[in-house]
Amino acid sequence: MSTNETVIAEFRERIIGAKKQSACIRIRGGGSKDFHGVSLEGDLLETKDFTGITEYEPTELVLTARSGTPLRDIEHTLNENNQMLPFDPPHMGLEATFGGCIASGFSGPRRSSQGAVRDFVLGARILNSDAVDLQFGGKVMKNVAGFDVSRLLTGSFGTLGLILESSVKVLPKPEMERTLFFELDHESALAKMNALAGTPIPLSSTYFNGNQLAVRLSGSEIGVTAAHKKIGGELGEVPSFWTSVKEQTHPFFKAEGCLYRLSVNPTAPMDRYSDALIEWNGSTRWIWNNGTLSDHQKFASQYGGYATIYRGNQSGDPINSMAPALKMLQRKIKNSLDPDGIFGKKRLFTEF
Amino acid sequence: MGHSERDLNEHPVALVDKKILVKEFLSVLSTESVKYETEDLTPFECDGLSAYPQIPMIAVLPENEEQVCQVMKICHQYKVPIVFRGAGTGLSGGAIPYDQGVLLVLSKLKSITHIDPIGRYAVVQPGVRNAAISEATKMYKLYYAPDPSSQIACSIGGNVAENSGGVHCLKYGLTVNNILKVRFVTIEGEIVEIGSEGLDSPGYDLLALLTGSEGLLGVLTEVTVKLLPTPEKAQAIMASFDDVEKAGRAVADIIEAGIIPAGLEMMDKKAINAVEQFIGAGYPMDAEAMLLCESDGSSEEVESEIQKTIEVLYRAGATEITVSTDEAHRLKLWAGRKSAFPAVGRVLPDYFCMDGTIPRKTLPNVLKRIAEMEDEFQLQCANVFHAGDGNLHPLIMFDANEGDQLQRAEKYGAAILELCVEVGGTITGEHGVGIEKINQMCVQFDNQEIQTFLNLKQAFDPEGRLNPGKAIPTLNRCAEFGHMHVHRGEERFPDIPRF
Repeated sequence: MSTNETVIAEFRERIIGAKKQSACIRIRGGGSKDFHGVSLEGDLLETKDFTGITEYEPTELVLTARSGTPLRDIEHTLNENNQMLPFDPPHMGLEATFGGCIASGFSGPRRSSQGAVRDFVLGARILNSDAVDLQFGGKVMKNVAGFDVSRLLTGSFGTLGLILESSVKVLPKPEMERTLFFELDHESALAKMNALAGTPIPLSSTYFNGNQLAVRLSGSEIGVTAAHKKIGGELGEVPSFWTSVKEQTHPFFKAEGCLYRLSVNPTAPMDRYSDALIEWNGSTRWIWNNGTLSDHQKFASQYGGYATIYRGNQSGDPINSMAPALKMLQRKIKNSLDPDGIFGKKRLFTEF
Repeated sequence: MGHSERDLNEHPVALVDKKILVKEFLSVLSTESVKYETEDLTPFECDGLSAYPQIPMIAVLPENEEQVCQVMKICHQYKVPIVFRGAGTGLSGGAIPYDQGVLLVLSKLKSITHIDPIGRYAVVQPGVRNAAISEATKMYKLYYAPDPSSQIACSIGGNVAENSGGVHCLKYGLTVNNILKVRFVTIEGEIVEIGSEGLDSPGYDLLALLTGSEGLLGVLTEVTVKLLPTPEKAQAIMASFDDVEKAGRAVADIIEAGIIPAGLEMMDKKAINAVEQFIGAGYPMDAEAMLLCESDGSSEEVESEIQKTIEVLYRAGATEITVSTDEAHRLKLWAGRKSAFPAVGRVLPDYFCMDGTIPRKTLPNVLKRIAEMEDEFQLQCANVFHAGDGNLHPLIMFDANEGDQLQRAEKYGAAILELCVEVGGTITGEHGVGIEKINQMCVQFDNQEIQTFLNLKQAFDPEGRLNPGKAIPTLNRCAEFGHMHVHRGEERFPDIPRF
């Protein structure tokens, strides 16, 4: 058996063993996103020895890799071919893996223009809770055969099955990027974000904190230059700025306690959250401490969205603010793919 | 304990007298919203796939969400199977009625409830036509990106149920990438809202699961779609090739040059000729293949991308290149592509439109084998191709009234889909499985994978009463089909409901 087959055999043994003993398994890549979720229960099953890009042809715009492949290796390979993961995934640590990137579903500053991890996932190979090797989706750009299990697995934090391989759509890197800064108060900044997002310019990312709005344009040289001329702003030379927003190494994120994340209508008012860091054209707002989860959830649901605890979770359960019928469906999905609850117990929800 | 090998009954039977059911429906719906006489039901006997007509027991046309809930509750109470229907333009038979069931038609839910030009989204009912959204948001210089060729007729509810694409999805994505939120009614008659007005929501991604679920999980009553700023300019290039393979390579060259065009379509000689004779779009009748390639964005961006693309195309061996001179010319070039299906439909009375997706690099080989099969099955096949996405639409032309042409066309279609799977692709890129490709599901997925789909189905619909016999085959069907599959040359559609 090749090394990879040996690793899969070990994974299978672990899953079958856990099932027999009614034990729980916690799947982990590099552990870089261990900070997120309700709790970390179960015996560790690490994927970091299951590595390698299995298929990548730049002209097909599709990359397939094993779940333990370091995310930085994947980005390096893409970069050599002048391509990128369009969803701009946060690593949150050097050890971040491709599988963790899919399982967390976290996307970076480009998400507002390009789409999230789930928008680029094309297929997945998994071991289910019976340790059976299954494939869903595909390695082609469009596929609507069967339910979209590979998207369902995205963001499921290893609670529905063990992702062995994923296929994602990749895109060419933009020819040119420019970051423009504007000094604005929070209400004007929010209005400007929404206005720019409704303008046909190559807008890729937006950020606001304090009194600073940052706007990134990405595209062809001629397109970016023309858009800059159109919208103005002060050109900034800050190569690591967007990385610091994405990786949360930006000074805003250097606080202690509870970091809340609001995903709301991009026009939701700012007054209550004037000290928030805002991304994604207004629809994502980061807030430290300041109030309780249920306060934030109340505000978020008033503006068509949700509030969750991103870091520093002690008791918060995202499911609390869901309607009962939706809550029930979430549980049914879990039961249908992992009926014995062996994967990632209580990682996503306090109840299961 | 694992899941038992359960078999959702493929043909559930309504255990209720039709008269009782009609009476129940009439207590919540107006008289003209309940159809139960054969002559009133005939208009609903098929969708865009006309080969397998079927009359439902009853058709209901609720006028609002409340009525949809009431209909669902009545059906739940009497355990009646339900099929949902929007505009009925689907090509895989997903909305073909079920003889022992109710057809729930959503065409009366057709209001655009809310447009938020600042927040860039629109809230629409399922019966709203795809093109009507962009028409209504035009004044804000916003539009809804997915544009299936049937967009003037197809409705958004069906688009979500099928995860429809269109000629611009290489750059702008499919339906799943362009909706924010949906409201749907469960089999029990409960309303559930999934997604949010933000860009994501916590928990499992049910929005992705519902999109493309072909009416197997619940019925949509409201969809919140994302709106994008209308590009300042769009321009199209038409490039002729004297060889299909060269055209295929040109597609890869464009991508390799770092260009993601707004649309990138290919047509072969048969499709070009059919279209040209049908609407006279100015297509090159002598070319073996042509590409239609669109750039959009600001005027500056379009100008530079068009220039770059032309260079790549000439290097790849294009024999002639035409660039649209104005908006009318651009639309004329696209009108040809968008009318490819009806154009082919004029050559012979019937056609099957297949929908496989393949890795782009396998295109020359796949086209060659499709051409070879013309001899084997003694039928003609034209090809249109969403080249950028690798989504192939072979159009098999036949005359159902001539001998065994229908049977040969079915076999030809099945062989093409199996070829797509063989080269690493899929049996459906955007049209859905419906009843048309249900047997090929057993080729693409093994029993355990299909069981996973059935388990998910059971989470929403434990007794298998939503759109029975569509999209996900039972394991029994696959067992039978698998057996037939081994003995090549025998009838491969032994138990497709002929109705």
